[in-house]
Order: sequence, then C-alpha cells, then structure tokens
Amino acid sequence: MEDILLIQAIERYLDGTMLPAEKAYFEQLRKNTPEIDQMVVEHSMFLAQMDAFADRQQFKQALHQSHQKLMEKGEINEGSAIHTKGKIIMLWNRYKKVTSIAASVAGAIAIITSAMFAYFSPAVNVSQLQQLSKDIEVIKRNQQVQGSLINEVKSKLPENARLISGGTGFLIDTKGYLVTNAHVLRGSGAIVVNNKGQEFTASIVNIDPAIDLAILKINDKDYQPLKFLPYSIAKKSGDLGEEIFTLGYPRNEIVYTQGYLSAKTGFDGDTLSTQIQMNSNPGNSGGPVLNKKGEVIGILSTRQTHADGITFAIKSKNIYSLVNHLNNNDSEKNSTKIKLPLKSYIANNNREEQVKKMEDCVFLVKAYNN
Amino acid sequence: MKAEFNEQELLKGLASNDTRVIEIIYKENFNMVQSFILNNNGTYDDARDIFQEAMIALYEKAKSESFVLTSKISTYVYSICRRLWLKRLQQMGRFVQQIDGFEETVQVEDDLEIHEKRNAEFAIMERALNSLGEPCKSLLEGYYLKKLDMQELAKSFGYTNADNAKNQKYKCLTRLKKLFFAQYNIGE
Repeated sequence: MEDILLIQAIERYLDGTMLPAEKAYFEQLRKNTPEIDQMVVEHSMFLAQMDAFADRQQFKQALHQSHQKLMEKGEINEGSAIHTKGKIIMLWNRYKKVTSIAASVAGAIAIITSAMFAYFSPAVNVSQLQQLSKDIEVIKRNQQVQGSLINEVKSKLPENARLISGGTGFLIDTKGYLVTNAHVLRGSGAIVVNNKGQEFTASIVNIDPAIDLAILKINDKDYQPLKFLPYSIAKKSGDLGEEIFTLGYPRNEIVYTQGYLSAKTGFDGDTLSTQIQMNSNPGNSGGPVLNKKGEVIGILSTRQTHADGITFAIKSKNIYSLVNHLNNNDSEKNSTKIKLPLKSYIANNNREEQVKKMEDCVFLVKAYNN
Repeated sequence: MKAEFNEQELLKGLASNDTRVIEIIYKENFNMVQSFILNNNGTYDDARDIFQEAMIALYEKAKSESFVLTSKISTYVYSICRRLWLKRLQQMGRFVQQIDGFEETVQVEDDLEIHEKRNAEFAIMERALNSLGEPCKSLLEGYYLKKLDMQELAKSFGYTNADNAKNQKYKCLTRLKKLFFAQYNIGE
C-alpha cells in the first residue's frame, strides 16, 4: 500500500500537479533518501518508455491507414496475391449455396448422362458405372478440399495477426514446454501446430537471443499432456562422425532428415554450437538433433549459405542453462518448474519406431504479429 | 520534388505525425521499394512489412534532436529497406549472392542499430503488457497509451469511483514495471 502512495506521489511530482509546499517537501525527501531518488528516475524513464511506445503504436496505425487509403485510391497496388485468403473466404461464403447446388446439379447430370449412355448403348459393360462413381467421388473430394481450406483459415491466430515466420519446436517437458530458436519468434506471439495439424496457443516463457534459444509454453485447454517424452536431453555434445537425425517442418508436414556430426564447434569456431552435415531448409530451425540412442544433442539453428549441407546446431547443454536460469529466477512465482527428460526410452528401437514415437513431440511453430 | 512541399517540410510534417505528409511520403516511395523486394524473392507482404519498418525508422530519425538527413528521403528509405531485406534473406538462410537494384544508397547501419534497439525495447514492453492480463492491460492502455480520462475509464470498467480505479491502475503499473525491468535488465 505504501508503495502505491509513493508511486502516486512520484507521478504527481513528475507531471507537475503538486502544490509548491508539497513539492519542496518531496524534493527534500528525494535529496535525503537515495532510494526514493532512484525510484523517481526509474519511474520517469519508464513513463518516457510508455510514451514512446504509445507514439510508435499510433504511428504504425497511421501507416496502416495510409496504406489502406492509397490502396483504395489505386495509387499503390499489391497484385492479388495478398488478398487470396480473404477473397477465398468471401467467395466461399457468398457462393456456398450456389457451389453446392452446382455440384449436385453436376452430379445429377453426370448420373443422368451415364444412365442414358448405359440405356442407349447396352453393349457397354459395368466398368463404365464404376467410372461414374469415381467421378462423383472426385466432386465430393473437391468440395472437401474447399472445406479444409476454410478450416485452415479459421485458425487460432488472433484476428488481424499476420504470420511472419515459422520453424520447429519440440517438447522438453510434458506440461507443454517447448524449445525453439529465438530467431523463429520474431513476432509478438506464437501458435504451435502438432503433426496432425491441430493448433495450440502458446506464450513465450523465456527468450535469449544471445544463444538463440527460446522456451514456449502451450497454454491451450485443447492440449493433452503426453505421459512421458521418449527422448532425453543430453548434457554432452556428441562425437565426431556420430550418426544423427532431425524432425522438422520445412513444409506444413513433418519431415525427417539425417546426417552426421562433422565438427565440434559451429560457424567460425563458435563453441555454443556444433557443425553437422545434413541438408536443411528454412523451417527446420528449432528442430531437435538426436543421436541414434534417442538423445537430443542439439537444436538445429542455421546453415552456411555458400556451402552445401553445412548446418549448425546449438549444443543441448544450453537448454539446461536456460531452464536452470528460469527455474531459479521464477522461484517466487507459483509457476511449476520445468523438468527435463533425462532418460531415453527409444535407445534400442530402430529408426522408424524412434521417429514414430517422437512425432507427437515435435511441433510446427508459427510466429505472428498483431 | 513536388511543388507542394519540399523535403525539409515533409520531414517536419512527418515528425509531427501529419497524416497528409505520411501519405505523400508513402505514395512517393512505396512502389520503388515494392518492386525492389518483389525482384529479390520477396512477396507483397514482405514489401509492406519492410517498407513500413523503414518509414518508422525515418519517423524516429526525423523526431530525434540530433537529426540531419544528408540524402534525399527516397535514397534514405531505399537504403534502409535494402539493408533490412538483405538481413531478412540471410536470416531465412536463403542464398544471397547478388541482390539486385541499382539505386544509389547511403550508410544506414548506425541508424538501423539504434532502430533495432528501440524495436527490442518496444517488444519487451509489448510482451510485458500482454502477459499482464485483463483488466490491467486495458486499464493501463487506456490511461497511458490512449490518454483517456480517469473518470471515464472508471465508468467504462465499472469501478464505483475514480479513486478505486486509480488505485487499481497503480497496482497494475507496479506489476508492469516489474515485468518490464526484469526483461530489460537482462537485455542490457
């Protein structure tokens, strides 16, 4: 309560609404108590930061409006590519009925035509009928495809959010904690998608651009925690020549890639990471790099541009330091601590089984701005 | 230049957030940047993103006290966009050998560094605000960002009087400050 009174006084002091006598008293207090002086400085800095933030938001708004206005006037043009999503929804909503009528009419005509065909040319055999059912199926499939498109658009992204980057992330705790690269999370928020296409909202728990790692937490009621994680997080970084593999989302679908550990340090002798020989693509960032025993030895992060297949992975021990830091710092809050998996349950499985068990733990991460 | 405004006036207008001026600068430079980005593996979305980022950088520069623009606005905006786009391409891990575009450029690295630092600060603020939860977030946004009157705010949130709302606001502010400085000091 006292703190609040103090802040109240500071705020009044800063915006100049104090009475002269009160002001003199406060200034004396500032002079005599360094803590209060520090609070005043800190608060005025914070208020300035808030002001700047407000200003930036306003300017962004103004830019957005100018853009819209100029688009309407036709002074600038963005082709049509950018509006396809919106247009599809609009067109679909508008022509939903018409489309389904058209489809059923088409179906009916197809049936009638072939029935007539069958009737007027009895010589033709049964295979023609089969052909017909296929046709109808094709129509049905087409409709389904349109349907799925709509489902895709109706996602958990907040309204007006724009996707800006995507990558991969993997569970480090069944409670819904994921690790990914900091550079994947360039926007103001993120959602994660599992290998079945189900989306979950997630928040950024900790982000460290220096080691390029971030921890996300799924906070979505649809999320069903797994019983355990099949892999473990290794504290050692692996041996040269060791065979490794990764799972990631360079496409909207999970993709498996394998390679080997080719150097103990990363780009330019960077000791935080290791070099691996593996073909990687944008979207692989943040994926787990595992050895054949099913231990995560790294997080795939970058690749060298002018060389083929040279990829770098951040050593997994950095996850430990990030998590420890978080666990220690957060002790006052009620948040539960992250427990990293220490035992791999897939050490003796063959690769197909390993991948199958891991698939559910590797997520597509989509970062957006709103 | 257009007869209506000269460059200095445009920058002054920009610094004071004049919508008409923003529109003029926007109109005169957007197409150039868009075609540059489209020609270099970008999409329409990328173009808009990068261009608006450059506009923000120009705006912030125009507002700063030590402001001197030694080149034409268009050259400056183009240089920023070029630099930003190169960076973005590198981050995506694309092969960047030669980036096309023959317009004249100026050195913008220092400005961009400042700009990025500010961006990071704002990102911290945004994250702090977002993790605050309601009604704290809206209350603080209403008071500090939209500069609404405490009386009105109290009414719209359903507080019985302005004093209660004010109390709540201070509590929220203390929490926000804690969240903000926790992140901010790590970044230092």
